[in-house]
Amino acid sequence: MAIIKTFDERKKHIIEKNRDLNYNIVCDTGSLAGAISQRACVYSGARVVLNPLTDAVHLVHGPIGCASYTWDIRGALTSGADTYRNSFSTDIGEKEVIFGGGEKLMSAIREITELYSPPAIFVYATCIIGIIGDDIRGICKKASEELKIPIIPVQSEGFKMEGKKSDGYKAACDAIFELIDKYGNPKTSRDSRGINILGDFNVAGDLWVIKNYLNEMGVKVISSITGDGRINDILNARNASLNIVQCAGSMTYLAKLMKHAYDIPFIKVQFFGIGDTSASLMNIAEFFNDPNMIRTTKRLIERETKRVMPELDYYRNKLKGKRAAIYMGGPAKAMSLINAFRELDMEVVIVGTQTGKKEDYAQIKDMVNEGTVIVDDANPSELKGLMMKKNADLLVAGVKERYMCYKLGIGFCDFNHDRKEFFEGFEGMLNFAKEIYNSINSPVWKYVREYKRECL
Amino acid sequence: MLDHTPLEIIEREALTINPAKVCQPIGATWATLGIHGCMPLGHGSQGCVSYLRMTLSRHLKDPAISATSSFTEASAIFGGIGNLKQAIRNVIHIYKPEVIAVYTTCVSETIGDDVGGTIKTMIEEGDIPENVKVIYASTPSYVGSHITGFSNMTTSMATQLTKKIKPNGKINLIPGFVSPADVREIKRLLKLMGIKFIIFPDVSDVLDTPMTIKYELYPKGGVKVEELMDTANSMCSIALGSYASSNAALVLKRDFDVESFILPLPMGIKNTDLFLMKLKEISGHDIPEDIEDERGRLVDMLCDLERHFYDKRVAVAGDPDTVLGILSIIKELNMIPVHVVTGTPAEGFVDKVKNIVGEGINIKVPGDLFYLHQLIKNEPVDLIIGNSHCKYIARAENIPLVRIGFPITDRSFNHFFPEVGYVGTMRVVKMIDDAILEKCDREANDEDFELVM
Repeated sequence: MAIIKTFDERKKHIIEKNRDLNYNIVCDTGSLAGAISQRACVYSGARVVLNPLTDAVHLVHGPIGCASYTWDIRGALTSGADTYRNSFSTDIGEKEVIFGGGEKLMSAIREITELYSPPAIFVYATCIIGIIGDDIRGICKKASEELKIPIIPVQSEGFKMEGKKSDGYKAACDAIFELIDKYGNPKTSRDSRGINILGDFNVAGDLWVIKNYLNEMGVKVISSITGDGRINDILNARNASLNIVQCAGSMTYLAKLMKHAYDIPFIKVQFFGIGDTSASLMNIAEFFNDPNMIRTTKRLIERETKRVMPELDYYRNKLKGKRAAIYMGGPAKAMSLINAFRELDMEVVIVGTQTGKKEDYAQIKDMVNEGTVIVDDANPSELKGLMMKKNADLLVAGVKERYMCYKLGIGFCDFNHDRKEFFEGFEGMLNFAKEIYNSINSPVWKYVREYKRECL
Repeated sequence: MLDHTPLEIIEREALTINPAKVCQPIGATWATLGIHGCMPLGHGSQGCVSYLRMTLSRHLKDPAISATSSFTEASAIFGGIGNLKQAIRNVIHIYKPEVIAVYTTCVSETIGDDVGGTIKTMIEEGDIPENVKVIYASTPSYVGSHITGFSNMTTSMATQLTKKIKPNGKINLIPGFVSPADVREIKRLLKLMGIKFIIFPDVSDVLDTPMTIKYELYPKGGVKVEELMDTANSMCSIALGSYASSNAALVLKRDFDVESFILPLPMGIKNTDLFLMKLKEISGHDIPEDIEDERGRLVDMLCDLERHFYDKRVAVAGDPDTVLGILSIIKELNMIPVHVVTGTPAEGFVDKVKNIVGEGINIKVPGDLFYLHQLIKNEPVDLIIGNSHCKYIARAENIPLVRIGFPITDRSFNHFFPEVGYVGTMRVVKMIDDAILEKCDREANDEDFELVM
């Protein structure tokens, strides 16, 4: 008996801890044709990772939709440069589909440099480019030589491989690595306190909170890849002594490339939740093995924890025992949320991701209590069924899930691009608690419960 | 901040910056959601569907559904028909729709998948049960815009299921790419006129569903299959908006000899008059007093406010039918349209604009919002009317923005209130008036700050 009704092919993508002992979750496969998949495409993966590079021109080579849909929706804030908030496209038409779009791409790049002098241009390949076979690598090379700026191809044809977003993360990492490797400044002297931050996208200003902590600890941020990122900083990325990787799903690959090429070690960090934030800061301090820095970091953690605890306790008391569902793009964020809900004494009843792999789900299974449902690549009907079945009070997910959730009379918190409060660091946890407390306890649910009663 | 736009206009041949359009599949999906019990199915990469659902959700603050045939590299190389067949079977099996509406994407179009042939074969082979209807539209992203996609899918729904049997005494009403509130308003007017009608696509009660605690895949609204099967038997079709709606009416005329009337969107007094007079002419029914009174209130409003609007210069950007409707209102308010941009490659648009507002106005078709910004820098305006993306220009130039169009992602629930008919026009006029006065208040010196305005 499956937990809920769904496609036969989908049944093994859903397990309940300690109930489904006889099979492991099926994941990391293409979506089933005909499902309302919540997943996106390769291009989308590349676009979300690279978009926060604020001073670059992001040129989408393809029909207009791919550029229109992704125009300034990332929620990634900037402290200055904001070229990235414009939408650039070659808007290819029938003519290019038949005769090739290379010429139009070349002209578009030239037109960009007549209007702006960007420090770099990223050229994204979309589905159609893969079909008509434009040699965007060759064109970018030619244009780079002619215009004397880095012009980097992003091989993100939407349907490539299995058409998965995670392949787009890889395409984005390859593009950044090409920028560093081909155009970056050669290692001068390694900055003994210098780090690169990989995989913080500065949604709602997250990164700024973390930068303040690092600054206090005496750690110097050489570049942020990519939140509030600047091309010139990234060109110096080779000088770092350490890479810290926050969004492991998208950026571990780049960290490995940089380790291999420049011998820069990396550690995984997670700045969401009191426990994970504290542990991550301590790990960084311990990496530098400087008693002074370790002392400062301990002091910082103690001070900040003390500062937010009274208010956090207030929310914890109110949220205790509430039932949370998680549906995230990547597994790292899902795991971080599991820890955070534990800190709030809440129960996690459902954990789902779009792109999790076997080892991720194994880890998630270890982290959650018995009876928790784990789901891979869920569609809206499944999420609805699971939330009703598990009597969830709250879903943490992205914009595609928000309104379905409200229709069910369940509280919601956006953990993706559309949130407006920073959630990272100590104060971020307080923002998170405040937001979910208010969503769960909104007076509107009183009226919704009236419908519920009528239904019963 | 947010001011990247140089003053000097360089004509661009290849580069689009800040588009004023989306691509065909999203317009097609919007149309299909106006069919009751319909599951849209995007034939191509899942990203297209994911993106368009996200955009619809941000605009509507509601869930938006569409299945996808989930292309992979193998489907792109060897053809996607296998995916399409499997997708149709799966949709029937699990989502149990009354209608499946297949729209294509750039990939499936370019590799040449024969969607129509595949559906035909599946029906012949008994792969699709009789109680499920499948329609399809060819909507390659590299042709036209979301308005083209809307028009193509609306044409498919009007013509692919219908059969000429016997006259039904109804009119076909094609409302165009308008909000659920607009469709609701048009239906209200038709009912007040005592006219029997088939309206399609009907997104009311689909894209603005009330809270019922049940999340239903197929809400109660939408044009019914039986109605779509009956379009050929109507006495005539009225298409509102020549770019979004006329093709469906023209094909019904060509294939089934249903008389067609193509009118502008009923925005403003003149256009709403045209619409109601046409209804009167077709039905022989008088226009009821309630509607006359609505018109009277609108005219009264314009009299009372005429001193606010003269000499005010306006830029308008958006979809062609909507832009034409807005221009008609602006003209009636005695405002001065200065710049007009639509992203849709709309044939004959320049002449239509000139017919409404005369010569001496900058018209760019197809144009983008970067170009509009440059026009505004060179010839400033007092007001911008357009979608949310115009807010960058509005901020950079300190010009009030009235949000009309698609998508609107930074203000909520425009689509709960009409912009068509006399009532909708009243609302648009109020939005324009408020925007102008709010700027006055915000920027007035103390000595000029007034209570009565």
